[in-house]
Amino acid sequence: MPGLEVPSWDPETAMLIGVILLEAVVLYVGYGGLERLLGPRVMKLLVGGEEHGQ
Amino acid sequence: MVNDVLGGLGLLGSSPEMLVLFIGFGVVVGVLFGFFGMGGSFLVTPALLMLDYPAPVAVGSGMAFVFGTAVIATLKHHDLGQVDYKLGVIMITGTTIGIEAGRASVYYLESLGLAGGIISVAYVVLLGGVGAMVTRDAMNDDGDSGVNHEASDEDLSEYEIPEIAKTIQQTVRIPPMVTLRGDVRVSVWVITTVAFTTGLLSGFLGVGGGFIRMPAMIYAIGVPVPVAVGTDLFEIVFSGGLGSYLYGQGGGVNLSIVVPLLFGSALGARIGSAATAVVDADGIKIYFGGMLLAGAIAVGIGGIGSYLGSPALELVGLVMVIGAAVVVALAILYTSVVSLRTTRDGSATVAD
Repeated sequence: MPGLEVPSWDPETAMLIGVILLEAVVLYVGYGGLERLLGPRVMKLLVGGEEHGQ
Repeated sequence: MVNDVLGGLGLLGSSPEMLVLFIGFGVVVGVLFGFFGMGGSFLVTPALLMLDYPAPVAVGSGMAFVFGTAVIATLKHHDLGQVDYKLGVIMITGTTIGIEAGRASVYYLESLGLAGGIISVAYVVLLGGVGAMVTRDAMNDDGDSGVNHEASDEDLSEYEIPEIAKTIQQTVRIPPMVTLRGDVRVSVWVITTVAFTTGLLSGFLGVGGGFIRMPAMIYAIGVPVPVAVGTDLFEIVFSGGLGSYLYGQGGGVNLSIVVPLLFGSALGARIGSAATAVVDADGIKIYFGGMLLAGAIAVGIGGIGSYLGSPALELVGLVMVIGAAVVVALAILYTSVVSLRTTRDGSATVAD
């Protein structure tokens, strides 16, 4: 059975994890911006618009 | 084998189809995660196993996906002030050792040719157990047991510590003791034991471990619910990051799986999270429990198909895993829209 390992430095793997981390941050910021920009329009489309509720 | 069947049908023969499948599955998983705060992600590894990815790739890519999801969720919960960094840092040591032990076990079992089968059995037990527990809770629900992701502003000292946590705090007083948010005083050893056990599960199954760690933090350590949610996610960033790194070194992280899954899940999580504001989670919890039970049966069928060399059974298992998740995600979306429209109509009537 392979024993427990202490992680060794591997630039290629670090880059791999870095790509996922970067994607996560970009998605958090990007989707956040999209939500603010398009959120009200999508809600209007789904619910039928604010004018109906007044 | 399932890949061969689907490839033969021309459904998954080329990468664009796989890309769409992973993005779509990511959206579904994200909706479930955003709405329930857990789950979903532990459907990814079994689905990858059924798509005939080797066990280390299925577990490693599942874990890398969990890592990315946790980064996004932690950023949000940090903004809400729900992360106990002291507790998170203490837990990291136990979790790290647990993950490495779990990962070493996967590679050992893989060398014996047993990894896929044993991991599938572990999933059947886990999904079945958690599914039965959630379903039972939902059926006996008194309406106040849900986890509210947005409940950040309540005074943490107002949360009642469960009796079992009080007993543990009073019985296990091995130094060093630490004081956590919400005036919780507990032995570091209790925290480390919880962390090691959940780390072992994470490393072995490629899951975040939140569905075990969150209740463990609430019932064994006595942490207030919102802090348990936020700290759990913070912890998963490290455990998932480390686990992904270790699996990545062995070639277990496949970016062509993780990137589209994360792309879809980040969008789904926003939708699911927004849905919590308009839909009562307790009403849908029973479907969630049903989904986990269906997932357990599906993994069992897929495993039997793999053992018997029957692609048809493996395909049935895969369709059931994805289908159950899709049905629950659609139920959340449908209920949200209906609920929003009902609110609008109610407002219109009052205005009239």
